[in-house]
Amino acid sequence: MSKPFAITLKPGTSLANLTGTWRSERPVYLDRLPPCNNACPAGENIQGWLFHAESGDYEQAWRVLTESNPMPAVMGRVCYHPCENSCNRAQLDSAVGINSVERFLGDEAIKLGWKFAAPATTSGKKVLVVGAGPSGLSAAYHLARLGHQVEIQEAGPLSGGMMRFGIPKYRLPREVLDAEVQRILDLGVTLKLNTKVARIEQSMKEGNFDAAFLAVGAHIGKRTFIPAGDATKIVDAVSVLRSMEGEDKPMLGRRVVIYGGGNTAIDVARTAKRLGATEAIIVYRRTRDKMPAHDFEVEEALQEGVMIKWLSTIKQAGEGEITVEKMQLDDKGYPQPTGEYETLAADSVVLALGQDVDLSLLEGVPGLELKDGTVQVSSNMMTGHPGIFAGGDMVPSERTVTVAIGHGKKAARNIDAWLRGTVHQAEAKHELAEFQNLNTWYYSDAHQTVRPMLDIIRRQTSFDEVQGGLDETNALFEARRCLSCGNCFECDNCYGVCPDNAVIKLGPGKRFEFKYDYCKGCGLCVAECPCGAIKMVAEET
Amino acid sequence: MGFQTVKFYQTGTFTVGNRLLAPDERSVQADENRSNSINSGHRACQGCGEALGARYAIDAAMAESNGQLIAANATGCLEVFSTPYPESSWQLPWIHSLFGNAPAVATGIAAAMKVKGRHEVRVVAQGGDGGTTDIGFGCLSGMFERNDDVLYICYDNEAYMNTGVQRSSATPPAARTATTMPVGSEPGNVFGQGKNVPEIAMAHNIPYVATATVADLRDLEYKVRKAMRLHGARYIQIFVPCPLGWGTASHDTIRMARLAKETGMFPVFEAEHGEVTGVVKIRHKVAIEEYLKPQKRFAHLFGKHAHPETIARLQAIADRNIRKYGLLDEGGNQDV
Ligand SMILES: Cc1cc2nc3c(=O)[nH]c(=O)nc-3n(C[C@H](O)[C@H](O)[C@H](O)COP(=O)(O)OP(=O)(O)OC[C@H]3O[C@@H](n4cnc5c(N)ncnc54)[C@H](O)[C@@H]3O)c2cc1C
Ligand SMILES: Cc1ncc(C[n+]2csc(CCOP(=O)(O)OP(=O)(O)O)c2C)c(N)n1
Ligand code: SF4
Ligand SMILES: [Mg+2]
Repeated sequence: MSKPFAITLKPGTSLANLTGTWRSERPVYLDRLPPCNNACPAGENIQGWLFHAESGDYEQAWRVLTESNPMPAVMGRVCYHPCENSCNRAQLDSAVGINSVERFLGDEAIKLGWKFAAPATTSGKKVLVVGAGPSGLSAAYHLARLGHQVEIQEAGPLSGGMMRFGIPKYRLPREVLDAEVQRILDLGVTLKLNTKVARIEQSMKEGNFDAAFLAVGAHIGKRTFIPAGDATKIVDAVSVLRSMEGEDKPMLGRRVVIYGGGNTAIDVARTAKRLGATEAIIVYRRTRDKMPAHDFEVEEALQEGVMIKWLSTIKQAGEGEITVEKMQLDDKGYPQPTGEYETLAADSVVLALGQDVDLSLLEGVPGLELKDGTVQVSSNMMTGHPGIFAGGDMVPSERTVTVAIGHGKKAARNIDAWLRGTVHQAEAKHELAEFQNLNTWYYSDAHQTVRPMLDIIRRQTSFDEVQGGLDETNALFEARRCLSCGNCFECDNCYGVCPDNAVIKLGPGKRFEFKYDYCKGCGLCVAECPCGAIKMVAEET
Repeated sequence: MGFQTVKFYQTGTFTVGNRLLAPDERSVQADENRSNSINSGHRACQGCGEALGARYAIDAAMAESNGQLIAANATGCLEVFSTPYPESSWQLPWIHSLFGNAPAVATGIAAAMKVKGRHEVRVVAQGGDGGTTDIGFGCLSGMFERNDDVLYICYDNEAYMNTGVQRSSATPPAARTATTMPVGSEPGNVFGQGKNVPEIAMAHNIPYVATATVADLRDLEYKVRKAMRLHGARYIQIFVPCPLGWGTASHDTIRMARLAKETGMFPVFEAEHGEVTGVVKIRHKVAIEEYLKPQKRFAHLFGKHAHPETIARLQAIADRNIRKYGLLDEGGNQDV
């Protein structure tokens, strides 16, 4: 035995005394579900990819991210980031700027040319994806990675769906979209443009497809009856935005009235401004707090000089002007007419009242259930017709790019199971990591980094991107603001604070283990774990 | 200047370790190969602050002295729970003689090492607050006055815990102990008595005096390592909550130490040759009630027969510490 300095006799050791027997409760390590992950419609493991970003390993972060979502550069621009709304750090100072770190990772990947790993196996199965919007692209990506042969048939001349023909360039530059679509196609996905699927069953039969995923979106602008003279130009918002991608830009005139209160209305108004309109006025029948558009978008539009007439409906459109009626909210918050009228100068009226789904490709398919103009799907994203799955805007749900991408992922996993004759079992959700589970003493105080905005003149006159990205230093800073809710980030606190040396440190990436022979069950490790990744459970008696 | 906190690496230097810091910026306790000077199997209570504080301190001293360290221990919990014959938890040469003579024993060891020319061997003495501020006080003052080459560490749990929670000269006013019952118009320990040994040590003009708590490991390690690089008499008093004696939950030991510091009740500072050279500022100031309430030894101040005036007097002590040591930054918060 090599004895410590100056010791000649072998001392009896306290290791003979197994103090673990004193315990009535034992600590156990666990992974709790971070609220950001829980809120992400695309099912991203946000805390998981931030963990790698924190150490500056951006490629690994991007790889973990893209296990769920193949389009982080797009997502980091257009996602409404429900993750940030539920981020625990908001209760401390301000939410982690998850969206801006995501964008940074997406942009790094494009800049440095990171590619997806080729699928490890091939299944020999063929899947048809209808529509190259976010939902279709996401499904194609996940199906390809699972080894299936995928063909996307797209009616339009270019990929992207509403990401290209709806969302304006100043929010999503097309080079970014193109780069992320191309990376999906590089996995061996076939994309057939200008190929409208007229009858789904026929297209499946012709191409010998084993299954299909439908993601045709919602493209038919809703109309409302407005008595109008011949001279008034009334157009719908999706057509206006779509024509922005063509050779001939829409002719809206100098005074443009937009009717509606959603994000689309805002996008059209801001687009009209950039096309040279002196006045872009949104007419909306309710109040600002009732508006479906997000507050930050309303704010940005107002900054750019867009005007909004609250509590108003359009009654009539005449030559060069329209008549609006003032509304009043009743007790239940519904707008009611007041009989008071006003005229507004208008060269054109753009209707932004929502979109309907074109379901004609489903005609004659047995077993389907249609409701309110959408296709019903069960929890595995399959329609009532075996082998035909659907997602995105055409099924009942919130209509966002993120939800569409989440549907694509979920459908792909279920299609994969269905093709193999099994049922996909989603992993059981872990218990939520709540703010009370954290010991926030241990985190440095640091507020969210603000992203740079383009100057106002260029925002009003060009289609240059409005919101800038973070650079490496502030992206790293922002990632490190993450509290790692519910998931060990190897801060060594448990290893340090145990008065009984009953925690073994297993080394980088391997976390820790308890020595239950000596753990007395004091619970200090649980109390001092910053991120709530340990809990006490009663010992069986 | 005191220990420099690392500003922003997620948890900076607040946590024991931090995978984002360079290896040489990490703590001794984060090291997989730390010496674990008091090993598992010791008989300290669940959540013992003293066992924790002793491992923090002696591991740091071992790291700084390359393992060439001898410890002399006063009687008290630390000695009793670590070394019931024939077992010991200690992983270094360790000697226990009497309750009150640990400083003198350490002085003797240091002298012997000097005579033998073993200059690399360093000596620590350690004991509880009773052993230090009361019964061993004469030996301690002598050790200071002779500037013997010993680092003395006092683990302050504010009473004689090993014999069943009797009052010591480090017991705070109003705290109930077995010998200061909560009866009469001024229940608990008296105001206006007791000793502030860190300040008495400073009055000896010794090279180094510091206070620390088990709630701030990085500061504690910094102070022990710094003390070990110096020679002559050095004194560190470490605040170590005692779940049994204070009537607190075993998982609250570190929280209580943090609150003692954040309220100003236990000022954390360092001094060289009798002058304060650094203080650890309060990060998020809290009122004294938050510290008192979870402790059963102060329970008589709350509830039906509450003593708000006594609580106010304790707050006044904390406020005085804050003023005296400058514990609050302008703005009150030390990190970005
Ligand atoms: C102006 C506007 C702005 C928006 N801004 C945002 C935003 O900032 N953030 C956000 O999260 N969401 C936003 N959305 C919503 C988002 O764009 C949609 O929810 C999302 O694109 C839906 O994806 P999808 O794949 O279901 O459908 P789409 O994106 O609509 O894609 C469907 C694709 O299918 C093709 N297709 C249709 N029929 C056929 C057929 N029969 N055969 C072959 N192909 C067919 C279409 O050409 C299209 O390419 C916005 C929407 C609009 C209109
Ligand atoms: C001369 C002498 N008097 C009394 C005792 C009994 N005794 C043993 S430990 C102890 C209390 C120690 O208190 P403290 O020094 O504060 O250490 P703690 O146990 O609180 O850590 C006492 C009174 C003794 N061992 N020797
Ligand atoms: S702090 Fe990190 S893990 Fe927690 S909710 Fe926010 S982003 Fe997610
Ligand atoms: Mg004591």
